[in-house]
Amino acid sequence: MTLAEAILLTITTAATPLLLAAIGELVVERSGVLNLGVEGMIVIGAVVAFAAAQLTGSAYLGALFGMAAGCLFSLLFAFLTLTLVANQVATGLALTILGLGLSGMIGESFVGQRGVQLDEIAIPFLSSIPLIGNLLFNQDLIFYVSIFSVFGVSWFLFKTRLGLQLRAIGDSHGSAHALGISVIKTRYLAVMFGGACAGLAGAQLSLVYTPQWVENMSAGRGWIALALVVFASWRPLRVLAGAYLFGAVTIGQLHAQALGFGIPSQFLSALPYLATIIVLVIISRNRRLTLMNTPASLGQSFVPDR
Amino acid sequence: MKKLILALSTAAILSVASGAAQAATKVCFLYVGSKTDGGWTQAHDIGRQELQNHFGDKVETVFLENVPEGPDAERAIERFARSGCELIFTTSFGFMEPTLKVAKKFPDVKFEHATGYKTEENVTSYNSRFYEGRYIQGKIAGMMSKVGVAGYIGSFPIPEVVQGINSFLLGAQSVNPDFAIKVVWVNSWFDAGKEADAAKALIDQGVDIITQHTDSTGPMQVASERGIKAFGQASDMIDAGPETQLTAIVDTWGAYYIKRTQALMDGTWTTQSIWDGLADGILQMAPYTNMPDDVKQAAMDTEAKIVSGELKPFTGPITKQDGTEWLKAGEEADDGTLLGLNFYIKGVDDQLPQ
Repeated sequence: MTLAEAILLTITTAATPLLLAAIGELVVERSGVLNLGVEGMIVIGAVVAFAAAQLTGSAYLGALFGMAAGCLFSLLFAFLTLTLVANQVATGLALTILGLGLSGMIGESFVGQRGVQLDEIAIPFLSSIPLIGNLLFNQDLIFYVSIFSVFGVSWFLFKTRLGLQLRAIGDSHGSAHALGISVIKTRYLAVMFGGACAGLAGAQLSLVYTPQWVENMSAGRGWIALALVVFASWRPLRVLAGAYLFGAVTIGQLHAQALGFGIPSQFLSALPYLATIIVLVIISRNRRLTLMNTPASLGQSFVPDR
Repeated sequence: MKKLILALSTAAILSVASGAAQAATKVCFLYVGSKTDGGWTQAHDIGRQELQNHFGDKVETVFLENVPEGPDAERAIERFARSGCELIFTTSFGFMEPTLKVAKKFPDVKFEHATGYKTEENVTSYNSRFYEGRYIQGKIAGMMSKVGVAGYIGSFPIPEVVQGINSFLLGAQSVNPDFAIKVVWVNSWFDAGKEADAAKALIDQGVDIITQHTDSTGPMQVASERGIKAFGQASDMIDAGPETQLTAIVDTWGAYYIKRTQALMDGTWTTQSIWDGLADGILQMAPYTNMPDDVKQAAMDTEAKIVSGELKPFTGPITKQDGTEWLKAGEEADDGTLLGLNFYIKGVDDQLPQ
């Protein structure tokens, strides 16, 4: 394996959890719901995935359980904000805090154990293409799912009737309701999808990235995912670009340090954030287009008036 | 957060209970991380448990974990002081100012702050010479590395970490004068993913030994996957790499906590500033594993020499990174310089962030 290939491989591992969590949150926000609990759902997904993998011995079951746990955890948010009409920002923050604490409690007996790693699946023929084959077609299942989810979500949002309805709800829940679209039901499903994606992102952390459980292992990735969604102006392909750019600069700065270029490390550490913000601001500088993509009723509670 | 609340409420309940019994000395601990972090905080918590077991009913220990450095810390310490803690250990560098602030308000309560440098009438500062252990690690790396380059994962460029990097390199250069290290700063004490990425970057660039001054077992795991050797930090990390860990610096605070609590009970507690090392047992080396016998023997000899005081890592001749002389032959660095160490010695392939 050449150095370039090794670097690229590390980048995909670093970008995948961000991409998954962000693509899930994108769907949630497109439906007009702001769920700030991404960090909490990731960490719950991570601990449950790890625990399930340890207990069953299967990393795949672990990933499945992680996804289910994220989904279940997001239901709590959905119930509070959609059924009980609680404030979305406050509830989302509470979900993050609860997730971090709860995961610590669940994971206490799993600390220090060696994890089960999700193995790579080589796709026949494609994986033997020089240069990109090993990188793109000899990866773990979660990587494939993350890439597939970008195109799947893109197709769903912009090419299907259900996607159109979901976007309509996000733009004007009152009008959508008047048209007979079930606002609450759609939002429930969107939030659950977001939870499942965040849960799978967590599973990637504890089964692929560093196959172990340590408390707070999400280390702020949920917040980066949230920021990516906004800077990508709610477009799936831009989320893909943003997540990979962030991953690339994160890994790139570590290599720059190891090479000893003499650039201050504090600046290098800030670089992924700076670079991602700058690039995404530039690609979404068209204000009209950005406004068009912004879900107009984002974060607003919906109470059907009749 | 939930645990924090839980711990606080148990603390409140316990304090009521102890008021009735009135026999136990209440000793309280403030942790920056989780008590199961596998590194720094876990080492302190093991010390707390040893204290509890040593005195049994005579002491009551209370702890608060995951307390961020900053205003929250001050509140937590004040709460400890109000709830009847007689001796309070605050176990992170960033707790120094909050500890001093609260100590002023509670002159009858004794405080002990780890790894800082300020003291007061009722505040002791205690620290460990981690760099002594890193010298031994360097010696091992010098003998084990085939390429003569080790990767060093740093948290923040503070004197304690710089001491470690220099000391490690001195140890390695005592075996191989051309030994060099590559440093990567992750600007975090605890981020398993980022630490793992740093380890991958270093290994991809050709180092064949990894050492870390961050607290998670991420780098150990990566080293184990890639089949190279690594050193553990703060706690014995052998579980994360049974075939990987050469040794680890293990912080052993228990004896110190017992000694200070005993002093408090005897009424002999006075303020002091302690910087103990291998000889005092405040830090120990994990078993030397995964290495040939001659390396193991050399490591044990080095350890014995440091314990006996025969070997001091920072003894000249030592040249700074920029080529100027730091210490003349036979000259020893004084503690003041070490505590403010802000430059590299020759052989570090990095520029120190200022």
